[in-house]
Amino acid sequence: MNSLRPPEEDRQSAELDPALFRHEAGRMVVALTRLFGVHNLALAEDVVQDAFCRAIEVWKFHGVPANPSAWLMATAKHRAVDILRRERTARTYAPELTRMIESEWTLVPTIHEVFAAHAIQDDELRMMFSCCHPRLNEPAQVALILNILCGFSVNEVAAAFLSSHAATEKRIVRGKKVLAASKRLFEFTSSDLSKRLSAVQRALYLLFNEGYHGACEESAVRTELCREAMRLTALLLAHPLASTPATHALGALMCFNAVRLPERVDAAGNLKPLAEQDRTRWDVALLHEGQRLLESSATGDQISEYHVEAAIAFLHASAPSNEATDWAAIITLYSTLLTIRPSPIVALNRAIAVAQLHGPKRGLEAIAAIPDPARLAGYPFYFAALGELELSDGHPEAARPHLHAALNLARNSAERQFLRHRLAACQDSA
Amino acid sequence: MTEFIYLYRGGERAESPAEGQKQMQLWMAWMKELGEKGHLKAIGSPLEKTGKLVSGKQKVVSDGPFAEAKDLIGGYTVVQAKDINEAVDLSKGCPIFLSNGAVEVRPILQMNM
Repeated sequence: MNSLRPPEEDRQSAELDPALFRHEAGRMVVALTRLFGVHNLALAEDVVQDAFCRAIEVWKFHGVPANPSAWLMATAKHRAVDILRRERTARTYAPELTRMIESEWTLVPTIHEVFAAHAIQDDELRMMFSCCHPRLNEPAQVALILNILCGFSVNEVAAAFLSSHAATEKRIVRGKKVLAASKRLFEFTSSDLSKRLSAVQRALYLLFNEGYHGACEESAVRTELCREAMRLTALLLAHPLASTPATHALGALMCFNAVRLPERVDAAGNLKPLAEQDRTRWDVALLHEGQRLLESSATGDQISEYHVEAAIAFLHASAPSNEATDWAAIITLYSTLLTIRPSPIVALNRAIAVAQLHGPKRGLEAIAAIPDPARLAGYPFYFAALGELELSDGHPEAARPHLHAALNLARNSAERQFLRHRLAACQDSA
Repeated sequence: MTEFIYLYRGGERAESPAEGQKQMQLWMAWMKELGEKGHLKAIGSPLEKTGKLVSGKQKVVSDGPFAEAKDLIGGYTVVQAKDINEAVDLSKGCPIFLSNGAVEVRPILQMNM
């Protein structure tokens, strides 16, 4: 599963998967949480940190072992046995495992079972569902998933979402309290499975979007968030109860958008508009994977927002050029999406598609017709779209104030750079 | 060429798994570079943070650690350099400084001085 290891003598120079430690952190935390009980999440996190400290100390002298994952897991298991033996009666552990832990006969086999690969994968899923607890809001759910399952520290979560350390920490600490109160991980036999599954899909959707459209300066971080969302969606797809048509559609949507990741920013880190992207550099394998998922999503009688968004993303990803895109179909799909999830941003995207098909004037009319435009007042791309359409309609002087407003709202240097270019274009055509 | 021992003192825990991985890889790259330049005599070992101290005529045994966390020796490496100045310069590439640690550079006394 991990990248191939070169022979012994080259081991130190081996390219490690940069996400190796993060992913192993998530896997170890869920296994230990299963063992200790969710109320002992902090203890599980301590054990994981210990395991990493040992790994770092030993590996920096002696190189990374052939199977780093097994090494880390073995270290975590040893620590777990120590703790369970020493504090057998001082704490309460996972209620369903208490009897197994109490007897020396069953202790070690139980730990081996909990750390088996298939068990860990199951527990990652159960933890994901636990993180999407109805008592937590969406940003808190996403922050918890990143922290527990993806091994992001509080600082790294805060950086990814451009929020303060204090606010993020509060969110995560509160989230963990809610988790702890539930004692055990989410059960797939639970009656609110389908409700919780929707929340999980939504959280992964938001995680992907944060990576795709988000505010973080660093494009590496943004790609990382997209990849994490896709990795966790793959876990959902692998579970018979979680791989519903909507999950397939969500996976397809991520694939179709990720097709464009290699071309979203240029070498200097500047955002590239769709029309300027080199489509030959798009990721064709992901396009095929998305198509496969979209086809398998077409079962059942319910059409989710992910189905519609995936269909839109597919039309973009499979179009040979900006001009040859099926804008009429995209407009229809956006209209459908508006009935499923009414949102001014969806309406704005629809208006932009109208402009592509019928010209900037019609696009501007469509924007003017968006109900409750005040809700877009903080969205830089609302003003960017207005500016862009005025510009292509031959009104650079009308475009300028909009682009300035967009520039004031821009959240990172890539967005600012992009808008300055558009302002310069106003100058040229004035 | 003279031999020196690097004693790695202190250093903070990584803030996150990704940070830890980065630190570890920096250490590995640094050690590799020392080796390629012919300065690495023995890569050495990391040390447990705990242990026992046996001392005095009474051979009293006490539990470690024996220093403040910031002074605790976490490992050692044996290098060779032409003099202490070169050994000190080489030590400056050690990633321990990124996590607020220190390197103690000590010449090893030789038989044939």
